[in-house]
Amino acid sequence: MKPNSTKTLVGSSAARREDPRLLSGRGRFVDDMHAPGMLHAVFVRSAHAHARLIGIDSAEAQQMPGVAAVFTAEDLRLGPIVAGLDRPAKEWAETAMPILASGKVRFVGEPIAVVVASDPYAAEDAAEQVDVSYDPLDPVLGDDQALSAGAPVVHEEAPQNTLVDVSLFATEGIDRILDEAHTVVEVDLRTGRQNALPLETRGALAQWDDRSEQMVVHTCTQTPHQVRTVAAESLGLLERQVRIVVPDMGGGFGQKCVVSREEIATAAAALRLRKPVKWIEDRREALTAAFLARQQHYTARAAFSSDGEFLALDVDVICDMGAYSVYPFTAGIEPLMASAEMPGVYRLGAYRVRGRAVTTNKAPTAPYRGVSRPQYVLLLEHIMERAAAELGMTSVDIRRRNLITEFPYKSVNNITYDPGSYLESLELCEKLVQERGWPQMQQKAAEEGRRIGIGYSCFSERTGYGTGAFAQRKMKAVPGFDLAEARMDFTGAVTITSATINHGQSHETTMSQIAADVLGVELSAVRLEQGDTERVPYGWGTFASRSIVVGGSAVRNAASRLKEKMLALGAHLLEAEADQVEMHHGGVRVLGEPERSVSHTEIATVAYLQAQRLPEGMPPGLSESDSFDVFNDGTFSNATHAALVEVHEGTGQPEILSFLCVEDCGVAINPQVVEGQARGGIAQGIAGALFEEIEYDAAGHPLAGSFMDYRTPTAQEIPDIEIHHLETPCLFNETGAKGAGEGGTIGAPAAVVNAINDACRGTGAEFSHVPITSRDIHAALFAATTTSKLQEA
Amino acid sequence: MSENKQLLTLQVNGEDHEVICDPRMTLVDVLRHELFLTGTHVGCEHGVCGACTVLVDDKPARACLIFAAQAEGRVIRTVESLGTPEELNDLQEEFSRHHGLQCGFCTPGMLMLAEGFLAEEPNPSREQVRECISANLCRCTGYQTIVDAVECTSKRRQSADCSGCSFAAAVPQNKEENQA
Ligand code: FES
Ligand code: FES
Repeated sequence: MKPNSTKTLVGSSAARREDPRLLSGRGRFVDDMHAPGMLHAVFVRSAHAHARLIGIDSAEAQQMPGVAAVFTAEDLRLGPIVAGLDRPAKEWAETAMPILASGKVRFVGEPIAVVVASDPYAAEDAAEQVDVSYDPLDPVLGDDQALSAGAPVVHEEAPQNTLVDVSLFATEGIDRILDEAHTVVEVDLRTGRQNALPLETRGALAQWDDRSEQMVVHTCTQTPHQVRTVAAESLGLLERQVRIVVPDMGGGFGQKCVVSREEIATAAAALRLRKPVKWIEDRREALTAAFLARQQHYTARAAFSSDGEFLALDVDVICDMGAYSVYPFTAGIEPLMASAEMPGVYRLGAYRVRGRAVTTNKAPTAPYRGVSRPQYVLLLEHIMERAAAELGMTSVDIRRRNLITEFPYKSVNNITYDPGSYLESLELCEKLVQERGWPQMQQKAAEEGRRIGIGYSCFSERTGYGTGAFAQRKMKAVPGFDLAEARMDFTGAVTITSATINHGQSHETTMSQIAADVLGVELSAVRLEQGDTERVPYGWGTFASRSIVVGGSAVRNAASRLKEKMLALGAHLLEAEADQVEMHHGGVRVLGEPERSVSHTEIATVAYLQAQRLPEGMPPGLSESDSFDVFNDGTFSNATHAALVEVHEGTGQPEILSFLCVEDCGVAINPQVVEGQARGGIAQGIAGALFEEIEYDAAGHPLAGSFMDYRTPTAQEIPDIEIHHLETPCLFNETGAKGAGEGGTIGAPAAVVNAINDACRGTGAEFSHVPITSRDIHAALFAATTTSKLQEA
Repeated sequence: MSENKQLLTLQVNGEDHEVICDPRMTLVDVLRHELFLTGTHVGCEHGVCGACTVLVDDKPARACLIFAAQAEGRVIRTVESLGTPEELNDLQEEFSRHHGLQCGFCTPGMLMLAEGFLAEEPNPSREQVRECISANLCRCTGYQTIVDAVECTSKRRQSADCSGCSFAAAVPQNKEENQA
C-alpha cells in the first residue's frame, strides 16, 4: 500500500506472508528439526481391539543394536488424560485415557510401550520384538451393539457404554404437533467414520533444557497451551517447567486440537533419558491410531404443514466416539454440538433432541472440521428434500418457506442468531444455477437416458464461540477468550502475538493485515508470533473457526491499545491535544495540518531511548496487550452450496460436474484466503460424501492401513468450484469478520447427496448415508430396476 | 551400528555429497536427515501421496520408494534447487499468486512434480495439468488453485497471455498495490 493511501489492507487479497519460505523448502516442520544426540521413539501398539494385557516382554528388544530404552506404563507412571463435563451422572460418565495402556487395551493401535533408539529404523526393528501377551475380550464395534443388553463393557465407569446422554430441548406439545401434522418425514441416517487426514502426520521432538529448567516439546498441535497443562500434570512438573513450541504444521483440521498421548509419552521418555527424543507418526499409525471423527446415527421425525412450514423436529443422535474421551473437549464434542445447533438456518416451531456418545473399541474421536454440522446439515437437507417431494414443492421453495429471514432471531434451541444472508445466498445460488444452465443440462441428459441431479444445501456455522457459548456445553475446561500482544520496536517494526495456530489458514497474513491497518505500517513490517507457550500469552488455539473472529479480534484490540499509546505520545511530541492527532501511514500527525507529524521511529526512539521525553506518568516502551471474548451466542457465517452430479448408470459412479458456493463470512479480511478455505473445505466435504470411510472387520481391525485402502480424492475427483461472496458483518467485533474455516466442509456433503438422490429420482433408489460409493449406487439402481421389472411382469 | 554401512556419492542440486548410510535407507531419509535438505517431505512412505517427489534425471520420482543407493550416479533435484524466498522462480510465484498452497506440506512435492511435467509437456491442456497433479495428494487446497498455478506457469513460459485464467476473477485489483 502506498503511503497516505486510504485503501486498507483488510479486504484485499494481500500476498501471503508465509509463502516464500514454504515454497522454497525453508518451512520448518517438526520432522525437519534435529537436535544433537537425538533419539527416536516408536510405539508398540495393540494388535487387539479389546483385550486384557497379560504381560509385556521387552528383554529381547532392549538388547537390540541402538536401543536406548523400552518404557511401559509401569515404567513411566504417568498421570492419565482426563477431560470433564460438569454434568450429573445420568448425563455423563467420566473416564480416563492413560498415556500408555495399562491393564487393558481398547482399540487396535492403542500405544502400549515406547521404544527409544538411535535411529527410527532401529527403533522400528526393536518395537517388532516387544512381545505383548493379551487375553482377548469381545469387542464393541457399533452403536447398536454398544447399547444392546449384555454388550461387552469398554469402560467400567460406563456400564452401558454411554459416556454422554443428554436431552437438551423438548418443546412442550411437540408430540401433539407430530401427531397432527399434515406431513411427517421419518429419516434414519448414518454417516461414516473419517480421518481428518492432515498430510503431515502427528509428531513431537522433546528435550529437557537444564538452563530454563524446562521440558521443551516441539509438537504438532493446534492447542499448545492445553498440551502444556496436560503435559505438566501428567509428567508431574510445574506448568512453567513445560514449554510447548509449534513449528510449521502440515494441516490439522481438528485432529491436532486435542492432546495426544504420544506427545506426552515422547516427553516422558526424553525426561527419563535426559536426551532429545523425536517421535514421527507414520501413515499407518495415522490411519489406524490417530483421532477419528464423524460416525453418527440419526433417527428423526420432522413435521410439516400442508404449505411446507417446518413445524417440529424430533431427533435421536448417537455418536460412536470410539475408545476414549479427549482433552479438553470430552466425548461430548459431537453429540453436544449436534444437539445444541441442529435447527440450523430454519425457523422451527418445536424441537426435541436426545444426544448420546457411546464408547466402542475403535480409535477415539476428536473434533474434525465442522464437528457434527456436516452430519446434521445432511440430515436437515435430506428432510427438506423428502418433505418437498411429499408436498409437491421445489427444493428452493421449501427452503425459502422456512429460512430465517429476520435477525436477531431467537431459535427454539435458545440461541440468538446474529444477522446473516440465509435467503439472499439461496436466491443468488438459485440464480447462478439457472444462469449456468443446470436445469437444461439435466433435462437434456434425461432425454439422452443419462442421470444428472441438482442438489442444494443451506447452512450456517456458529464461529465466534466465546466463553459464554462453551460454558453452556458445561466443559470443565472452558475455552473461549484469546489474549494478544502488539509491540513496536525501535525500527518501527511490529510484532503481534496470538495463541491461535496457523497451519494453512494464513494467519501470518490476515492477522498482520489487521494490525498493519490499525498501526499505519506496511504489511511486511508486521510479524505474527504464534505457537510458543513461552512467548505467546495464554489462549485456546485454533479450532471451531475461531482464529480470525476471536484471535484476530484480540490482535485488533491489542494493536488499538498500542495505537492509543502512540497517539498520546505523538501528540505530546507534537505539542498537540491527544484528540487533535491521527495515525497515518508511517506516523502520527495533527488533524488538518499534515505537515506537523512525527514518524513511528521517532515515537519509538522516545519510548525506548529517551524516556526523559515521555509525558509524565507514561510508562516506557511500546508494548500493549488486550483480550477478546464473546459472552453472547456468538456469530454465524452462512452459505448455500449447489452441486450438479451425474450418476453413471452402468458403473454407479457419481461424477461432480459443477459446484457452486455462495458464502457469507462477514468481512473477508483476505478474500483469496477465504476462497481457499471454502475450496479446501468443500473438497473435504466431497471426500466425506463419496470416498472416505474408516472401516473395521468383525474383530475390530481397521481395514485401511495405507493410502491404497483409504480412498482420499485427488485432483481428478474434485471439480473446479465457483465461489461468490456476500458480506453481512459481525456486529460485535471491530473487524466485522465472522470465520471461514469450516463452512465448506459443512455444506458440501448435503449438496452432493441431494444431487445424487435427485439424479436417481423416480427409480426408487434413495440414499441416506455417507459415503455413497459407486457400489452403493450401482446396487441401488440395479435393485430398483429389478423390482420395477418384477412388478411389470 | 551396522557393519555393512555403505559410502555413497549423491549428486543433489548440482553438488556431490558423500554419505555413509545403511543400505536400506531411502533416498528421502538421506536427503532430509543426512543432507538436511528438509524441503522434501514425507506423507506416507508408500508411494501414494507424492509429498516426497523429487526429480531424478529430470523425471519426477517418489523419493520414499527409492533406496539412496539406487540414486547413485543419477542427477537429483529437490525443491531447494528452485528459487529462494527472496527470489522465487516463476512456478513458485504462480503458486503464491493463485493461493496454490495453504499449509505448504504437499507444496515441494507438487512443485517438483509440476517442474518435471512442464519440462516434458511445455504446453499442456488444463485437463492434462489436472491429470498430472492427481498424482499427488493435497489435503488443504481442493487442487483447483494448484492446477491454475501450473497452467499459468506454462502460459508464462510460452510467453502467452494468462489473463483469462480464473485467477483474474478471484482477486481484487488492489492486490498489486498491496504488494508494492
Ligand atoms: S512419502 Fe513418498 S509418496 Fe508419500
Ligand atoms: S497445502 Fe496443505 S497439503 Fe497441500
